[in-house]
Amino acid sequence: MALLETHGLTAFYGDFQALFGVDLVLNEGETVAVIGANGAGKSTLLRSISGLLRNAPGHIRYDNAEIGALSAPDVVRLGIAMVPEGRKLFPSLSVEENLLIGKYGRSVSGTWTLDAIYDLFPVLKERRSSPGTALSGGQQQMVAIGRALMSNPRVLLCDEISLGLAPVVVKDIYAAFPRIRATGASIVIIEQDIGQALKVADRFYCMMEGRVTLSGTPGTVSREDIHAAYFGAHKP
Amino acid sequence: MNWADTIIQGVLLGGLYALFAAGLSLVFGIMRLVNLAHGDLIVLAAFLILLLVSTLGLNPFVAAAVALPVMFAIGWVLQYVVLNRTLGDDILPPLLVTFGLSVVIQNGLLEGFSADSRRISAGSLETASIQVGPISIGTMPLLTFLSAVAVIVALNLVFYRTSLGRAFRATSDDSSTAGLMGIRSERIFATATGIAMMVVTIASLYLGTRANFDPTQGPARLIYAFEAVIIGGLGSFWGTLAGGIIMGVAQTVGAAINPEWQILAGHIAFLLVLLVRPRGLFPRAVD
Ligand SMILES: Nc1ncnc2c1ncn2[C@@H]1O[C@H](COP(=O)(O)OP(=O)(O)OP(=O)(O)O)[C@@H](O)[C@H]1O
Ligand SMILES: [Mg+2]
Repeated sequence: MALLETHGLTAFYGDFQALFGVDLVLNEGETVAVIGANGAGKSTLLRSISGLLRNAPGHIRYDNAEIGALSAPDVVRLGIAMVPEGRKLFPSLSVEENLLIGKYGRSVSGTWTLDAIYDLFPVLKERRSSPGTALSGGQQQMVAIGRALMSNPRVLLCDEISLGLAPVVVKDIYAAFPRIRATGASIVIIEQDIGQALKVADRFYCMMEGRVTLSGTPGTVSREDIHAAYFGAHKP
Repeated sequence: MNWADTIIQGVLLGGLYALFAAGLSLVFGIMRLVNLAHGDLIVLAAFLILLLVSTLGLNPFVAAAVALPVMFAIGWVLQYVVLNRTLGDDILPPLLVTFGLSVVIQNGLLEGFSADSRRISAGSLETASIQVGPISIGTMPLLTFLSAVAVIVALNLVFYRTSLGRAFRATSDDSSTAGLMGIRSERIFATATGIAMMVVTIASLYLGTRANFDPTQGPARLIYAFEAVIIGGLGSFWGTLAGGIIMGVAQTVGAAINPEWQILAGHIAFLLVLLVRPRGLFPRAVD
């Protein structure tokens, strides 16, 4: 059964409509990829789910409850954590403080403690007292993922983890995902990099101009169909 | 004239200015809110202590301890119900609203306590002093200064060593990302103003026992507080203490040269620091 579901989700920035009725299903324990070109509406979709954008009352269900009208702090307290686009570490906080703030004000129980995060990304332990923003891009991304995990979420939303990172670094970071999945977390991964996303995902959705243009299981859909859904036209 | 004595008196006076300023510094550092009613809230707290002393016959220090949670609650509610609504990209609404609040508090106090000038009696402590060599140090000024140092140490501990402090800094960095961490910025802001009002209460205890006060004195306290914060550099508590001390020393030295120069000398010191270090002495690295 669906753990998280959007149905007919719309979203607006002022008068500008960014989403036109998006239906997405995330089942318990599943990893789903959302791919699409620049401006397709991928981040808008995650921002709506996480409560940063609050114009979708009645269109988002999680764990059998309607959450579309909730604020971001309420949503994360229900167990949906986000790794935001561009990492968004807190510059005034050290690496360790950035991690600790992921579970602010709550005593959460589960696999993910500071030690478990340091075990997942050992390099962070060495840099624990540096300011978060003094790290390399890849290390910052590890902090952002660790910070979201600290709340021991049931759903992890990841917005363009590979953005601006070298391919080897991206590979390193994605190598952590099997261990994250093993804790039972359900994951939504947003990527522009189709190859990477399809490698880790059980299912995928492709978005274009605020709509889902294709969905399916990696391996069962042809490259041509994905190209068409991604760019809006068949490759010549 | 004894220069060592003058400077020591100035440093101790600086403790009072640092107490005026620390709450302002905290609130500005976290939510970029300039509270123009800060000085009037100091005077309000002084009247609250006076009321507790005169009606219940409490010792002023006990009265201040009773006033602390009351002022925290006033600050929390004021921020949550009123000031949070003024925060946004536009800096004008908070200025207008806190200016209005300043007028309301002054007139409310005039109505309730009349324009008479008052004083909180600290009994024999008022005249007590400690002799250090040739210099006599008043016990109350010394207590004021030590309280200021204690307040600055405590604020630094909260800010840099606690979970609440992490939330203060994270919210100040980026309140929408802080929301993704489960931090409710409206409550964080309310707590910050509540803490600022506790500092205000401590400041008001020394304001009220050291000299006469009346309902119209708030804006002058606000100016000293402002100058201390800006001299120190926005967002640094130790800087605020240094700013207070510079103001205090400048004023006592000015007064030693010519009593009419006391206030002016403080303002001139402020302008000189701004001229040399426009961002203050200890500006925060991240901004
Ligand atoms: N804050 C905003 N104000 C106005 N329009 C916005 C805002 N954020 C995004 N948009 C618009 O909404 C549309 C969807 O943007 P969104 O950021 O969701 O795309 P995306 O798929 O995440 O793209 P990218 O891959 O570049 O991150 C775009 O046309 C974008 O210009
Ligand atoms: Mg995006």
